[in-house]
Amino acid sequence: MSAQAGHGASVRIEACGKTFADGTRALEPATLEIARGETLVLLGPSGCGKTTMLRIIAGLELPDAGGRVLFDDKDMTAVPIERRNVGMVFQSYALFPNMTVSDNIGYGLKIRGIPNKERAARVAELVALTNISGLENRRIDQLSGGQRQRVALARAVAIRPGILLLDEPLTALDAALRDRLRGELNRLLRALGITTIYVTHDQSEAMELGDRVVVMQKGAIAQIGTPREIYFTPRRRFVAEFIGAANIVEAAIEGGYLVLPGGRQPIHCDVDMPAAVAMIRPETIRVTSAGSASLSGTVDSVSFIGDRQRLVVSGASNRLLTVDAPNTVRVRLGERIGLSISPDAVRLLPPEN
Amino acid sequence: MSHKSFVWLCLLPLAVLTVAFFLLPMVRLVVTGAEGPQGLAGYLAILSEPRYRATLVNTVLLAAATTVVTLIVATVAGMFLQRHRFPGRAVLIAMLTFPLAFPGVVVGFMIILLAGRQGLIGDFSNRLFGEKLVFAYSIYGLFLGYLYFSIPRVILTIMAAVQKLDVGLEEAARSLGAGPWAVQRDVVLPALAPAFVASGAIAFATAMGAFGTAFTLATNIDVLPMLIYTEFTLAANFSISAALSVGLGIITWFILALARSFSGSAVAATG
Ligand SMILES: Nc1ncnc2c1ncn2[C@@H]1O[C@H](COP(=O)(O)OP(=O)(O)OP(=O)(O)O)[C@@H](O)[C@H]1O
Ligand SMILES: [Mg+2]
Repeated sequence: MSAQAGHGASVRIEACGKTFADGTRALEPATLEIARGETLVLLGPSGCGKTTMLRIIAGLELPDAGGRVLFDDKDMTAVPIERRNVGMVFQSYALFPNMTVSDNIGYGLKIRGIPNKERAARVAELVALTNISGLENRRIDQLSGGQRQRVALARAVAIRPGILLLDEPLTALDAALRDRLRGELNRLLRALGITTIYVTHDQSEAMELGDRVVVMQKGAIAQIGTPREIYFTPRRRFVAEFIGAANIVEAAIEGGYLVLPGGRQPIHCDVDMPAAVAMIRPETIRVTSAGSASLSGTVDSVSFIGDRQRLVVSGASNRLLTVDAPNTVRVRLGERIGLSISPDAVRLLPPEN
Repeated sequence: MSHKSFVWLCLLPLAVLTVAFFLLPMVRLVVTGAEGPQGLAGYLAILSEPRYRATLVNTVLLAAATTVVTLIVATVAGMFLQRHRFPGRAVLIAMLTFPLAFPGVVVGFMIILLAGRQGLIGDFSNRLFGEKLVFAYSIYGLFLGYLYFSIPRVILTIMAAVQKLDVGLEEAARSLGAGPWAVQRDVVLPALAPAFVASGAIAFATAMGAFGTAFTLATNIDVLPMLIYTEFTLAANFSISAALSVGLGIITWFILALARSFSGSAVAATG
């Protein structure tokens, strides 16, 4: 494993757009840099162009004219995938049905002409690394979904790729297995130190795995940042709403306060605005007694989730406000409660179309 | 009436039909084969008599060659037709599958028009080299006819199989460093194996037993169906023609069974 650590290329894509033959504009020209050994997650709703961008980096799709793909500052745009030395894990895994598990894992090494003995050793190493000992001679149709996922990963990593590309590798699995494999995958990626580009539409997966996350919307990059940045300081309403739960508040700002139906909420903003848009995360709202509060509302519903309770409060904002309260706070339906929100937790968003 | 006896009652017509039209003639054929002057040894004559043996070998070779060439041509063509879109594609596919509509006699007739004494190829070679190239009435003409006959069927099967290929597998192989040839060898051809076996077996069986084309081209081409016909109608040699029929049946059946068992395992292997 030490031989693999720090094994990775840097990636740079420049003005890569993609228009398919039928005229579908799948990707607006995008520029993106990925450092050596970094794990970058492409996150966005279905159809936003994540797979398209991944396939351009892989070399399975050519960017529109003017776009360039560089690995370690070398222009790879015209190099076909078979000579890019990228490891790829497909959503459907795409394991070879006519080969055993170990033949699948060793395929890339066989193509590279690695002698049998060395190949077997490398396959054994990966079998151990991905926890699939005992399955080496199985056929693919004799494996469970989770086992297939591991084989696909082992096969992609076996060739010691400079870049590892994963397209929703956990989406096909059930929730419990997905959570377990996510943790496993995270440790493995850190240990391997390969530059990784990971596609998902699951925001919690993105935040756990990514050093940085690229949020995509309708074929364009909406925001790039660390998981903390995109969670706490989204630059667009789309990002705020796509990552985690968010209250979007539309109100006027006067003298450093949001003027709301249920009272006034301090905000870090000195200019007055007739129509501002702000985001408040549910877990940043504290429930207080109604009497002294500058902002208050009525409890519309209470859902007890276990580790916390989710309240829906009306009358405070122009819309229903979602509040995550500790599970010890006692509130009744229809009760009037005060809401205390630190001005740090109110994030002003640019007004949008 | 119990459920079970009801099922048996329903099976009765099938049983009658099987016995009357299938089992009885078969048994009769096998018995006839052993009723010649040599008795059971008549069956041995298929192999020991040089003329019969040569015909047998000829037929198997012809059928095998037809199968192999058909598979090669149909695979290349089928793969191309399925994977590419170009103007005139639909017309081309329709034309390629047109021979499906023709009986063997018509195919034989077309081979004569192409490579017969007044054929196109003869005319052409006459003008070019001053010599008429005529091969319609030989085993080569028959070979051409069988190709013409088999290729459409096999192309359709292969095209259907190519359509079902998982492009992701090819992309995965490429990502692991496989060039175009390696992808064909390791991914595409193994995935098409069941289609090869199934359509190849049909092509082989057809080429073993097709009579119309051979009969149209000439009565003296050395293939089994022709031999059976001449022994039966011209020489009235009932027992030998019966023995040859049984031999033809067994070989063809054996190849089909082999193909079926192989394709069974191939299908299992490709999941
Ligand atoms: N070969 C193609 N021809 C035409 N349009 C395509 C092609 N491939 C993808 N598209 C379109 O491009 C857009 C982006 O597709 P892409 O597969 O990149 O989305 P995605 O973000 O990966 O979505 P998902 O999460 O559903 O996988 C979609 O509108 C899709 O319909
Ligand atoms: Mg996708």
